[in-house]
Parts: sequence; C-alpha cells; structure tokens
Amino acid sequence: MHIPDGYLSPQTAGGLWAFMVPAWYWAGHKVKSALSARQAPLVAIGAAFTFVIMMFNVPLPGGTSGHAVGGTLVAIVIGPWAAVIAISVALVIQALFFGDGGILALGANCFNMAFALPVAGYFTYRLLSGGAGAASARRLIAAGIGAYVGLNVAALLAAVEFGLQGELFVAADGSALYSPYGLSAAIPAMMGPHLLVVGLIEGVMTSLVYAFLRKTDPSLLVNYSAVKVAAAGSFRLKPLIIGLVLLLVCVPLGLLATGPAWGEWGTQDIRGEIGYVPPGMERFSGIWSGLLPDYSLPESNDAAVPDTATDDYGVVPAAGPDEPVSLDGVRDATPAYLVSGVIGLLVASGLALMAVRLITRSRKRETVG
Amino acid sequence: MGRSRRESTIQRTLAGISHAVRETVFTEQIAGRPGLLQETDARIKTVGLLELLLLAALLRHWYVLVALYAVALGLAVVSNITVKFFIKRVWLFIPLFAGIIALPSIFNIFRAGDPFWTIWDFGQEVTIGSWSLGTSLAITYQGVKGAAVLVLRVAASVSLAVLLALTTKWSDLLKALRVFFVPRTFVLILSMTYRYVFLLLSMAGDMFTARTSRMVGPASPREDRRFVASSMGTLLGKSHTLSNEVYTAMVSRGYNGEPMTLHRFRTAWPDWAWLAGVTLLSAALLGGDRLLG
Repeated sequence: MHIPDGYLSPQTAGGLWAFMVPAWYWAGHKVKSALSARQAPLVAIGAAFTFVIMMFNVPLPGGTSGHAVGGTLVAIVIGPWAAVIAISVALVIQALFFGDGGILALGANCFNMAFALPVAGYFTYRLLSGGAGAASARRLIAAGIGAYVGLNVAALLAAVEFGLQGELFVAADGSALYSPYGLSAAIPAMMGPHLLVVGLIEGVMTSLVYAFLRKTDPSLLVNYSAVKVAAAGSFRLKPLIIGLVLLLVCVPLGLLATGPAWGEWGTQDIRGEIGYVPPGMERFSGIWSGLLPDYSLPESNDAAVPDTATDDYGVVPAAGPDEPVSLDGVRDATPAYLVSGVIGLLVASGLALMAVRLITRSRKRETVG
Repeated sequence: MGRSRRESTIQRTLAGISHAVRETVFTEQIAGRPGLLQETDARIKTVGLLELLLLAALLRHWYVLVALYAVALGLAVVSNITVKFFIKRVWLFIPLFAGIIALPSIFNIFRAGDPFWTIWDFGQEVTIGSWSLGTSLAITYQGVKGAAVLVLRVAASVSLAVLLALTTKWSDLLKALRVFFVPRTFVLILSMTYRYVFLLLSMAGDMFTARTSRMVGPASPREDRRFVASSMGTLLGKSHTLSNEVYTAMVSRGYNGEPMTLHRFRTAWPDWAWLAGVTLLSAALLGGDRLLG
C-alpha cells in the first residue's frame, strides 16, 4: 500500500500533505498532554517496532506469505494519536532510507496508513469492545475486527487516490498523466485482495498478538487506557444545551440567503454559471438525495410554493441582484425549512451525545475493572 | 515442496532483516565516498533534489522526463556511483512494477483511446454484463503514451530519491529536515527510531535464528503463525520496557522534554552554485515542457 512517487498528481499529493501537517501537530499536542516528556522515547520505539514488524512474513494457508502493518495494535498499546506519529515516523524512514513509498507521496501514505488506519482501527476496537474487561474474549475479537476495518479503510483511501488520477488528470489528447485507471477499476482492484487476504492477515495477527500479550504482559493492554482516563475530564451536559439553543436561534438566518451556498451548486446552477455540465458531475448527480431534500418536508414540497420555481432551499430566487427576496415564497417555505433545521440539529446532537455517552461509559467501566 | 516453503517463511524474514542491515551499511559507505553530491551541504542538496522531484511530478511529456532521468544518471556518475549499480537499484522493483500495473491501460477495453494497432476485430460489440468491451481489442496511442509517462515519471522520481539516500549520511539527512521547519522533537524521534530499528531488527533476527536452530523438522503454518505473533508480542513488550529505560536514561542526563541539537552545517559558494544550477535547469525543463503543449 506504499504509494511510490509518480502515481499521484502534485495536486493530490500536496493536498494530503496539507491535511497531514495540522494532523501531526494536533496528534503531537494530544500525545504531549497525555504522556508528557515520556512521549519521545515511547513514540520512537513504537515507530521502530512498527517498522520491524512490517518486515515479518506471516505464513498463509496454501504456502504463500504476506505482511502485517500492525497499526491498530500499536494504537491499542500506545494510544491512537501516539500511533499516528509513530507510524508516520516509520513511513518517513522507509521512504527516506529504504525507498519504500515516495517522498512527495509521503503525505498520502501517512494519511492512509498512519492516520486513517490507526484511527479507524482503534475506534472500531473501542466501539466493539464496549465496557468489556481487558481479559475478555470480546476485546480480542474487537482488536481483530478493528485491525481488519482499519486496514481496509486505508486501502479504500489509497484506491480512491489512485482512481481520481485516472478521472481528473488527463493530457489534452486523453492520455493519462499519472495513475491511468479510473475509480471503477482502481477500487475493485485494490479492495479485492485487501478485503479477502491482506485485511484478514492483519485482523488474525492482531488478535493473536493481543492474545499473547493478554497472557504474558497484560499491563501493556491497559497502559494507554489508564493514562487516558486519568487525563479525561468528566462530561457535562450544560454547555451542550446552551450551544444547541444558540444554534436553534440562528436557524432562520438561512432564509435570508438567496442563492445556493458557494461550492454546493446543483447541476442546474452549474449550467447557469458556466454554460455546460461536466460529464463526470452529471453522471454522479442525483446518486443520493437526502431524507429531507432541499431542506423541506417531502410532502410539503408542492404545497409550499405553488407555480414558482424554487432554488435548493425551497425559496423563490430573486430576479436580479438588486431586487428584494420574494417574501411570499419565504413565508410559504418557512415552516418546512425551520422544521428541517430543527430535525437536523436534533438528529446530529442526538448522535453526538450517544457517541460521547458510549465512550465515557466504557471509560468508567475500565477504571472500575 | 510444502516442507521447503513452510521453512522458508521464517528464513525469508531472516533474509529480509539481514538484507536491510547490509543495504544500510553499504549506503553509508557510498555516502562516505568523495563525489559531487556527497560534498554538497546536506540541506542544500535536499532542497535541490526535492526541487527536481517536484519537477518530475509536474512534467507532462515523456521525452522531457527522459531528459530529467538523464540528469539523474549524470548526477550519479559525478557522485562516484556506478551506473550499472544505480540502474539496477532503481529499476529492479518499483518502475518495473509500475510497468506491470500500467500494462492493461494500453488496451482500449480498459481505457478509451485512438487505436494504432488492432489486435482482434470482434465484428460486433461485445459486452460482459453491463461492461462493454467495444467492437475490437486494440492497443491505443493514448494508452501507450500514458503508460510510458507513468513508468518514466516513477523511474525519475525513484532515481532522485535513491540519489538522496545514497549520498547522504543518515544523521546529516535527519538534521537537514530542520530546514523544512520540522519540529526538533520530531527530528529527535526520527533519529531515535532510526537507531532502535537496528536494535529491534537484531533482536528479531536473534529470536528467529534461535527458533530455527531448535527446530527438528518443519512446523505447520498454524504453528508458524503463532510463533510470528508471539515474536511480535515479545518484541512489543521489550520495546515498551526499552522505551521506559531510555526515558529514565535521558532524564538522568538532563532531558526535560526539549531536545537540543548541534548545528555544524556550513555552506560554501559551490553549494549555492549547485542549487542555482538545479533551479535554472528545473525552470528550463518545466518551461520547455509547457511550451511543447
């Protein structure tokens, strides 16, 4: 999964560098607050460990062998943010000294394998293990599934990065400038082996190592959680409620806007702006329409604004920039728009609240256990 | 056959470990030879080679990429690296692999284009499910061009990265990262990692050798998997203990969370001349590439 230089356009590689730089700083900040000065040797040796186990051949049924990345395992032992830095360091050393993975592509490789992999893997593990104790079989399985999910998320991201090159970066005569395949070829080619073989190696090996550590050195498996629980503050509901009320008060502001949001143009808007719709965009438009399309209730669509064309928000667009917004249209669409806003807010905050509850509950049980 | 394969899983890991160590020692030897790149200041060399690497990503024409590859070969020659060794080191795996990956894209069934050699005329449109193969199987002009550009771009990029790795001592390369505003703690972590990689590699090598020397007859793949997993676990435990010990050792020598480094780089006019040359060359190649369309 190490992407060499030459496969990705500078735009893609640069964009992922731009994502990773703040991600590293943020991870560094999290690690510093949780582990204080101990961080440097712990992360360094975690990175060296990641580097070394990537060289281990794992025997597969049928006589062949494969490699494990170990990202989720490292995240479980030293914590996800320390793992982001440790795996990045291992990848930097592989790229600079061993030519494994490109230097310009380092941002992309770190994004896939050092950021998405341990974070997805670790949080899947946390979610599945719930409040189970470190010695339970549930955690063992959760570690394996977490590793499988983490690796496949990383592979999917790499496939999308490859696929975008074939779709977007093409010379004037139609020949590919970078990786030549589009998304429809890159995703199946990459995901097939990862879903069926590589992900399984990662999952099985992570579970086996977890089982071994549980037997021989169980303190390693609770070290990070113990540090984290000590550092985490208690969860309070009051700031959340104040924030929600403020947001609810702001909901009607959306009705004052006339055009669609910048960058959220529909195909109609694009045609109006530039005269045609790019073929790729036309193909993908309409693939998903939300539960509350155009921020209005499905059944109120026709009743809201009869006989008049509406824009994305169920609001009648003004005829020109200087003319006032048609207030009739606003009045008719307002109830549906407000209800959509409130439903959206409630669903989003409900989901966030559930996630927070889930995490704090499992933390509490860990401290008790 | 099964027996030899089973045995070779652990043997292969051992071979991989010793290969990595050997390569590194060899690289350090090359970095110690006299030569143009070896004698250039590590920071300026890194900036210059990164410039060329960026150029490799920006070029659009295969013949300009060939010119850039020739520049990389020239740099290898003046840096006292044998051309045969350099070509082998670069081409053996990554560009060759890029060629294999790009191969299907030269056919019209994977990527549309103007055919210049029709291999098989189906006579009618052939479809597999919803996937249309078109009316013929042909190699396309665009496909070949795209594949050539990919392979050359990969080869040029890998050559430049290999040049950097071969001609710079690892300690200088890590220190040079400070030019790119890499935080000091990160550089410290990188250099510690680099040292401990070799310690952990030798620990892993010892574990694998000990296991092989105690074996009478082959083990089942299942047993081998367990062995590899428990080696990983043991190594993880050892690394963790080691990190605690290293931390204690660092604290007892006065470490308070802020690493200190010595800067002993000094630049001279040939360094700046080299950088100016590389920049001019990059501008010329990029300008030429864009003028050609």
